[in-house]
Amino acid sequence: MPKDSGIGASSKRREDIRFLTGRGVYTDDITLHGELHAVMVRSTVANGKIVSVGTARAETMPGVQAVFTGADFAAVGGNPAGWLINSRDGTPMREPKRPVLAHGKVRHVGDAYAAVVANTYEQARDAAQAISDDTVIEELPAIVNMAAAVANPANRVHDEIPDNVCYDWGWIEDNRAKVDAAIKSAPHVTTLELVNNRLVPNAMEPRASIGEYFPGTGDYKLTTTSQNPHLTRLLVAAFVLGIPENKLTVVAPDVGGGFGSKIYHYGEEALVLAAAKKLHRPVRWTAERSESFLSDAHGRDHETKIELASDLEGNFIAIRTTTLANVGAYLSNFSTVTPTFLHGTLMAGPYKVPNVYVNVKTVFTNTAPVDAYRGAGRPEATYSIERVVDKMCRELNLDPFEVRRKNFLTTDMFPYTTPVGLVYDTGNYQATLEKAVQLADVAGFEKRAAASRAKGRLRGMGLSTWIEACGIAPSHLVGILGARVGLYDAATVRVNATGNLSVMVGAHSHGQGHETVFAQIVSSKLGVPESSVEIVHGDTSKIPFGMGSYGSRSLAVCGVAMDKALDKIIAKGKKIAAHMLEAAEGDITFADGKFSVAGTDKAKTFGEIAFSAYVPHNYPLETLEPGLEETAFYDPANFTYPAGAYICEVEVDPDTGRVEVASFTCADDFGNVMNPMIVEGQVHGGVGQGIGQALLENAHYDENGQLLTGSYMDYAMPRADDVPFYTVDHSCSTPCTHNPLGVKGCGEAGAIGSPPAVVNAVIDALHRAGHKIDHIDMPVSPSRVWSAMNA
Amino acid sequence: MTKVTMTVNGKSVSAETEGRTLLSAFLREGLGLTGTHIGCDTSQCGACVVHVDGKAVKSCSVFAQDVAGASVKTIEGMANADGSLGVIQQAFQDHHGLQCGFCTPGMVMSAAALLAENSKPSEADVRHYLEGNICRCTGYHNIVKAVMAASGQDVSALAAE
Repeated sequence: MPKDSGIGASSKRREDIRFLTGRGVYTDDITLHGELHAVMVRSTVANGKIVSVGTARAETMPGVQAVFTGADFAAVGGNPAGWLINSRDGTPMREPKRPVLAHGKVRHVGDAYAAVVANTYEQARDAAQAISDDTVIEELPAIVNMAAAVANPANRVHDEIPDNVCYDWGWIEDNRAKVDAAIKSAPHVTTLELVNNRLVPNAMEPRASIGEYFPGTGDYKLTTTSQNPHLTRLLVAAFVLGIPENKLTVVAPDVGGGFGSKIYHYGEEALVLAAAKKLHRPVRWTAERSESFLSDAHGRDHETKIELASDLEGNFIAIRTTTLANVGAYLSNFSTVTPTFLHGTLMAGPYKVPNVYVNVKTVFTNTAPVDAYRGAGRPEATYSIERVVDKMCRELNLDPFEVRRKNFLTTDMFPYTTPVGLVYDTGNYQATLEKAVQLADVAGFEKRAAASRAKGRLRGMGLSTWIEACGIAPSHLVGILGARVGLYDAATVRVNATGNLSVMVGAHSHGQGHETVFAQIVSSKLGVPESSVEIVHGDTSKIPFGMGSYGSRSLAVCGVAMDKALDKIIAKGKKIAAHMLEAAEGDITFADGKFSVAGTDKAKTFGEIAFSAYVPHNYPLETLEPGLEETAFYDPANFTYPAGAYICEVEVDPDTGRVEVASFTCADDFGNVMNPMIVEGQVHGGVGQGIGQALLENAHYDENGQLLTGSYMDYAMPRADDVPFYTVDHSCSTPCTHNPLGVKGCGEAGAIGSPPAVVNAVIDALHRAGHKIDHIDMPVSPSRVWSAMNA
Repeated sequence: MTKVTMTVNGKSVSAETEGRTLLSAFLREGLGLTGTHIGCDTSQCGACVVHVDGKAVKSCSVFAQDVAGASVKTIEGMANADGSLGVIQQAFQDHHGLQCGFCTPGMVMSAAALLAENSKPSEADVRHYLEGNICRCTGYHNIVKAVMAASGQDVSALAAE
C-alpha cells in the first residue's frame, strides 16, 4: 500500500497552492516604494575595442537618474571562477578578470558595457538605446570556432591569453602512457568524433534582481533569481563589491526554474546594488528573454574524439578521449570544473574498463559564457561513451544489450575504484537494465517495427546505460582538486514552544518541491504531522550558511544535514524527558512522537517536551540550556552514484527526416526515494530536456559571433507535442551506503541518460532500413537526417 | 495617459494607460495581478495567457486600450468562490503538473480554454492545444495528464509509472 504521509509517500506539494492561484512571489512580482529601473546596454558585436562610451546624451534624457559604465567598476573586484584547474604540465589555468561591466573590450554579443537607471523602464530603455547609438566600438574579428581559436594566436579573446586556451587538462595524467599502449595493442578500436551541442538553459523565469541600500545602517539587500543565495552573497560581498558579508542580505524568493543557469553570480546583481547605494533608492532589473539568450550561461558545447578499444567479443579494454570544451568569453563560476571533474571522472561509465584517459582543452571564444547546465559534464561523458559503445557493437556485429551486460561492474565489486578516480559505493546496473528491457517490451520490438513499416516509418531502438556522480564532495578532496569553496550544507531545526517546527535549510527550491519533501522527512523522524513543519529557504538572513541547489545535491547533502539536526533534537529531547520522567537518560526511547521510559507506560509527547524547553519550570537548568533548536552542517564522505538504463524507440519519416519519439522508458536507481511523485516528475523533466538536446535545441553562433537562435522563434524548445508519455521506474534501489537517508539524487538523471538513447535509436532505425550511417550530430533535426539518408 | 476600464475576474477595474501599455502590464503593474507571468518577448512562451471574453489570449500581445470594456479572467480568478482550487487547478496539484510554477498560470488558462471547447480531449488534442505554452520543468507528462484528468477521464493507465 502506498504511504499517505512521511518518507516514501507521494505527498501533494504544498507550494502548488500559491503557484496555482497566482500568488507565488517571484522577483519581478515585487514592487518597492521609490524603485528605479535599470536597463543594460549590451554589445551588438562579438569582439570589439571600446573606443568611447557615449553617455552624454543619455544622462540628460527624461527620467534618467544615473548612468554606469565599465570605468565605474574598474577599481572593484571581478566575478571569480569557483575552481582552479591546473594544466597537464602543472601550470594554473588562465583566469581573466570578469568585470561587472565590460571595460576596454567587449567579448561577446550581449556583453554589457553600460547601464542606465531611470524612473521608468521605458525611460531607461530609451536612454540605453541612445548610449548604444552614441558608443564607438571598433569591431575585431570574432573568435567563434574552437579549433580556429587554438590555432590562430593573432586573434585573442583576452589580450593576455595568446592561444585562447584556459587550460589543457589530463585525467589521469599518470594513466596516459598505459592507455596509449592498451589502445595500440587492442584487437579492435572504435573511433567516433562527435559534438555535444550548445544549449541555452531557458528557465522560464528570466533572470531578475532588485538592489536595496539602507543608508541608516549601511545594509544592502539583493533580491535575485538564484539557486544559492549564500554563494551569491559571498561572491558579491567578498569578491566583487567589497561589502562586509554581514551587511548584505540575499533573498532568492520563488524562482522559476534554474537548471544551472541561476547558480552563478552575474554582473547585473552587483550593478543594482551599486546603483541602489549611489541613488539611495531601490533599483530593479529584469531580463528580457532576448537578454537571457545572450547573457545567461549556456551549457555543453564540447567537440570530442573518443576511442574505445575492445576485444572482438566486445570486452572493453580502454577509453581515450580528446575534447575541446567551449568556455565562452569569461569564466562563469562553475565553468572550469564542469568539463573536467564533472566530466572526465565519469568516463568509465558503469563499466569494467581498466584503462581510461581524458584530455580536455578548454577554450575562450567570443560567445556567452558556458557553464553547468542540468547534468553538467556528466551528459557529455555519458553521450560520448554510450554513442561509441553503440558504434562498436555495430562494427563487431554484437548485440548492444549483451555488450552492456558483459561489461557492467557486478554487484560483488563494490566499493569500486574507477580508473578515473571515483569510488562507486553501490549499484546494480544489471537490475536496472533488465527492468528497462521488461518495461520497454524489447521482445515486442520487431512487431512494432513491422507496424511502423506498414505506415511508411522507420523504427529504431536505442539504449543508454548511464551513471552519474551527485552531491559533489567531500570538501577536503575537492579542495585538493581546486575548489575554492566547501561543498557541505546546513540546516537548522527550530522547534517552537507550541510544538510546531521551523526548519531553515541551505538548499534552495526552484521547482524541486523541498517545502513538501523536507517536511515529509521531519514528519517521519519526529512523528509530527507534515502540516506542523515549515521549511524556510532562500533568505540569508534566516537560513544557515548553505551552498544551495545544483548537482542533484539538495537531499543527499542538505537533507542529510537536516537529518543530523533532527538527531540532535531527539538527543536533547531525551535529556529533557529523562528529567521530567525522573528516569535515566539511557532508558528513554523515542518513537512515534513520544519519549518513553523503556518498559513502562511513562511517556511525554514531543509537544510536551517542546513546551518544557521554552517554559522550563520543570527542567534540568543546571545541566541543560533551555530551548529546542539545533543546527547541523554535513560534509559528505563521497559522491552519490545514481545509475540507470534508458530505452528509446523512435520513428523516422524517410520522406522528411523527421524523428518522432515513440516511447521512452527509464529504469533508475536513486537509492531510497522520499516522494515517488516528485522523483518521477524530476525524471520526466530531465528526459524532456534530453529529448530537446537530441532532436531540437541548438545555440548556433554564426562566423561573426551572432547568436542566430536567440529567441523562441529560432531556438527549438521542446513543446508538448514533441514528446511522448514516459515510462519511469525507480524500484531497483541500492541505497547510498554513506548517508543515513540512503538517498542519491534524481534531478539530473533524465538529462544525462536520455540523449544517447535517442540518437542510438535514430541510427538504429536508419541501419535497419539499410542506411549505413555511423553518426549524426545533435540536434538530429529533419534536415540532418534527410541529408544523411540522401548523401 | 488614458483611463481604461474593464472587468477583471468579475470586478470592474480602471487604470491609467499609455497607448503602448500591454494587457500583461495593465494586469501586473496597474492592478498588481502578478500571477500573469512574462517569460519571453516574442509571444511564444504562453506564461501570460489570460481569457478575454472567454477566449485564451497571450496578454503580452494585446494593448490594454484595445480590450477596454472586455471581460478578462486571470489565474487569480480561477479558484472556487470559497477559495479552494478549481477543478483544473486541483488536477494540476493531484497529478504534479507543475514544478517551478512559472509557466503554470498560462498552462491553467490555456487548459481551461481547451476544456471549454473540447470537454474530452485526447492526448493528441491536449498536446496540440498546449503547443503555445512552454514548460521547461515537467517534460509535459504530468501537465497532459492533469488536463485529461480535469476533463473527468481516467488517466491511471496512460503510462506505466
